[in-house]
Parts: sequence; C-alpha cells; structure tokens
Amino acid sequence: MIRFDYARPADVSEAVRAGSGEHAAFLAGGTNLVDVMKENVARPLQVVDINRLPLTDIEAREDGGLRLGALVTNAATAYDPRVQQRYPLLASAILAGASPQLRNAATNGGNLNQRTRCYYFYDVDTPCNKRNPGEGCGAIGGVNRIHAILGASDQCIATHPSDMCVALAALEAHVQVTGPDGDRAIAFSDYHRLPGDEPWRDNTLRSGELVTAIDLPAENFSTHYTYLKLRDRLSYAFALVSVAVALRLSEDGRIEVARIALGGVAHKPWRVPAAESLLQGEQPGERVFQAAAHAITEGAVGQGQNSFKIELARRAVVRALGQAAAGTPQSQTDKRIA
Amino acid sequence: MNPAVTLDRTSGRRVAAEPIASLTLRLTVNGEERVLQVEPWTTLLDLLRDKLDLTGTKKGCDHGQCGACTVLIDGRRINACLKLAVTLEGQEVTTIEGLGQPGNLHPLQAAFIEHDAFQCGYCTPGQICSAQGLINEGHARNRADVREQMSGNICRCGAYTNIADAVLEVLEQGKQP
Ligand SMILES: Cc1cc2nc3c(=O)[nH]c(=O)nc-3n(C[C@H](O)[C@H](O)[C@H](O)COP(=O)(O)OP(=O)(O)OC[C@H]3O[C@@H](n4cnc5c(N)ncnc54)[C@H](O)[C@@H]3O)c2cc1C
Ligand code: SF4
Repeated sequence: MIRFDYARPADVSEAVRAGSGEHAAFLAGGTNLVDVMKENVARPLQVVDINRLPLTDIEAREDGGLRLGALVTNAATAYDPRVQQRYPLLASAILAGASPQLRNAATNGGNLNQRTRCYYFYDVDTPCNKRNPGEGCGAIGGVNRIHAILGASDQCIATHPSDMCVALAALEAHVQVTGPDGDRAIAFSDYHRLPGDEPWRDNTLRSGELVTAIDLPAENFSTHYTYLKLRDRLSYAFALVSVAVALRLSEDGRIEVARIALGGVAHKPWRVPAAESLLQGEQPGERVFQAAAHAITEGAVGQGQNSFKIELARRAVVRALGQAAAGTPQSQTDKRIA
Repeated sequence: MNPAVTLDRTSGRRVAAEPIASLTLRLTVNGEERVLQVEPWTTLLDLLRDKLDLTGTKKGCDHGQCGACTVLIDGRRINACLKLAVTLEGQEVTTIEGLGQPGNLHPLQAAFIEHDAFQCGYCTPGQICSAQGLINEGHARNRADVREQMSGNICRCGAYTNIADAVLEVLEQGKQP
C-alpha cells in the first residue's frame, strides 16, 4: 500500500483543519478508502482518522425526526430500535448491502462517500476520467454490465453503489456537514451529482468538508415501504437495479404521497418527481404502477451489456410499488420476491 | 505538523522528507495486552500474520470480498484486511487462536468437525470467527437468518450446508437454559 502521514484528531474543528489539505482524506471505517489506497486509486498524503470524533450517537430531533451520527456504523444504524420501528425502509436497505463484517466497520458518513465499483476505475492500467481527468472512459464501449442507464455523460457512465443512499433519497434526508466555511445542511437529492464533464466529483461536498450527521425527517413511511434489490447473487453483491419505495395511503386506500428512488442505475440515487406525481390521488394498481415505471426510466440509454437494466428497472419499480402498497415489504433474509 | 510526505509538483512523484515514524499502538490480542510499533499503512491482517505470527487468520482476497480474514474487535466481526491497525488503539482483538486450541476446542470448532463443515479449510478460521460474531450480535433466530448472516464468508469448496448446520447447532445450544 502507499505511504502516508497519519493524524488522529480529537475534535471536529481539528479534523476539519487537518482535512482541508489538498491531499488529505478522512478515514472512517476504512472499508472503501483502504481498498482504493491498496489499488493505488486514492493516493492521499495525509490520512485523517476521524474515528475518535464524537459523532457516534443516534438522537431524536425536535421536529420528530432522527439524527444519525456520521460515525455510527451501518450495523448499529440498521439494528437501532428507533430505526427499525420508525424507518424500516432505511434498516432494510442497509441490511441488503455488503456483509455483516463490512456493515460492522462501515460508517454512515463513509457509506455516503464510497466510490463507484466501476472495474476501470479500480484498474489503474486502464483509462478512467473519474480517476484521471481527461484520460478517457474505459467503460464506454467496454465491459459495462454494471453501469448507468440514466443521467450518464459521454465522459463517465459509473453508478453510485450504495444501498443506504437509495433509501435516504426516498426518505428525503438531509446531510449535515461542517467545513472551513462553517456548517451547512444539504438536501439528499443535492448531495450526490451527475458526472457531466466533471466525473471526478462524486458529490457536492467542498474541499475539507466533513459529514457530521444524517437527519431523517419525521415522516417515516413505516407502513407502506419496500427495498427491492436485484443482483447477480442473493447476498454480498452490489445491486444491478434496486428500488426504494415509500408510500402514504389515505383512508380510502388512495396514494397521497409516493416516493420512488432507483439504485444501481445512475451516478446518484435516481428520483423523478413527475413519475411520483403520476401516482398521487390514484388507487394502487398495475396501470398506474406501469405509468410511473415508464416515467422514472424516461430517457434511459443502454450501453450494450447493461441495456437489460432498462426493462429490469421498470419491472422492479412495478413490483416494488405493489409490495409497498400491500404493506408486504421485501424480506432481506428470505430473498424470494413476493 | 510538517508533513513527512509531499508531492513533487514537477515530477508528480511522492517524496518522503524523512521516513514516517511508526506509531505506538496498544492492543489487547487474544486476552494479552500488547504494545506495538506499527506503520500507519499496516492493516490489522498484516500485523497479525507478519508481526505477531498469528497465521490462523487468512489472507484470501485482501479486499473485503471473501471473509477469510474475519476477526472480532470488541466482540464484533470485521474484515481485518480493510482495517488499519493504528485505528484500533485500546481495542480488543480476538482471532481464531484466541477462541480455541488443540485439546480445548471452542464449541464452534467442535461443531465444524462434527458436521464436516470444511474441506480445504482455508476459509474456516474466518467462518468460525464470523459465526462467533453472529452469536454475539444476537440477530439470528433460525436457519434462514444464519445463512444470510454468514453470507460474508465465501467457501470455495461449497461446504455451506454443513457450515449452516454447525453454526445453527451452536446457536441453539446457547439458547437452552
Ligand atoms: C466487498 C464489498 C461489498 C460491498 N457491498 C456493498 C453493498 O452491497 N451495498 C452498499 O451499499 N455498500 C457495499 N459496500 C460498500 C460499503 O458499504 C462502504 O465501503 C462503506 O459504507 C464505507 O464506509 P466506511 O466508514 O468504511 O468508509 P471509509 O472507507 O472510511 O471512507 C470512504 C470514503 O468516505 C470518506 N468519508 C468517510 N467518512 C466521512 C465523513 N464523515 N465526512 C466526509 N467524508 C467521509 C472517506 O474520505 C473516503 O473517501 C461493499 C464494500 C465491499 C468492500
Ligand atoms: S465509467 Fe466513469 S469511473 Fe468507469 S471508467 Fe468511465 S470514467 Fe472511469
């Protein structure tokens, strides 16, 4: 592995100071950063270990929501009784990802900031605009089964690999950050970005900014939700396509609020407000589900090997909407799809 | 702090101004307190195998994709290959050597033998540490839970059915009064 300086700040302001160097990287659980350092993909000169920062709590918020500390592990978040009871969509998405070992080490802040799993990004002997701006993209015209069908650019077709983030997008969480210019909150849909002509930028975090917490709003969709993840093997594999659905139904069974977020298909969790409003005021049913599935995948473009994802995503949306409307969320233990 | 590594902007090469000092790391390993000198980029896996000669913990993929390096930190399982040792100051590591020894087998080791839960044996230390983590964590109630919660450990010989039997047996024994 590469050589680097190591710092272990004890408080947040010290961490921000240490992390604002041009070649500094924050280290949380290490399950992604250590991996990319081994591959020579990330080459920080300074590694700033943030594990001693007091960002390890899950707390109730005054508005009825919940604040998840950036350093709470993915496992501790998913098994927290408040998360399990009130935000089962989030618990389900986390438990659909990685493995128990990885979830014990992975943190909430790290999960948001994990890098793509594009094969070319990891292989320094191939061209990649995300790793080396201007070098070209090996995946376009290459092996691209896992790549994006929505929101890609002619410079990068990578996807964001997180499951947790797909649920956070549907729940409309906020990301709390602090940095050299002070604190700010970022709406989840503004946190990750599309590759455009700056594919090296995964998100809108500014240099030196540290994620301190993720805020979940009071509305938790604990009755009508599902996280449906489709992949090449049933566990311990990244999503080819995943769907988070959260619905609020009225007393007569109509859809009052619908949220649909897709994972595995774009550089960020994919939401289309127009697709969600097609469901508003409607009785749940195949016809409106199909309409929403087509609207959320509008403009989808296959790259060859991943073209199957377009139809897969549509079918997954229809199935997930059915699961959520019926109140029968996908089990992350028994993987049969009901 | 003066950085010990800088970037030479003309050549783009990384230049070490001086050798980066090792750090002092205090760690409890299998019940024994150790004070170690560790370079910041050393993973827990390399520390265990190369410095402490605890070679029961295996290096499979070295990227968190196989589970052969699973060990327990304060009772919870992690992949030792993706953990920088210096980040574990003051914590407690348990490896397969700390769970049981020849003549004094851990119940999981005995159950793995009983159920023929391995063939080549390379993944077995990681499987057993993972199973102990699963039991400690307390989220598994039945066979389906065991299978899902053991899915972070790959077995190329495909002994999964017997591994699940062995783990389930020990899990259920623990439940009895
Ligand atoms: C084999 C394997 C399979 C996996 N499968 C899945 C899967 O199916 N689904 C899934 O969602 N994930 C999966 N993962 C990814 C895993 O979830 C991430 O690696 C993990 O969430 C990263 O968290 P961490 O704390 O270890 O981050 P680190 O590795 O410590 O950091 C990752 C990045 O985030 C930055 N960072 C960390 N904390 C902060 C902070 N507070 N503020 C600002 N920046 C920060 C770091 O600088 C670094 O760039 C898998 C990983 C592996 C190795
Ligand atoms: S898709 Fe993006 S990450 Fe993958 S090779 Fe192309 S530029 Fe790099």
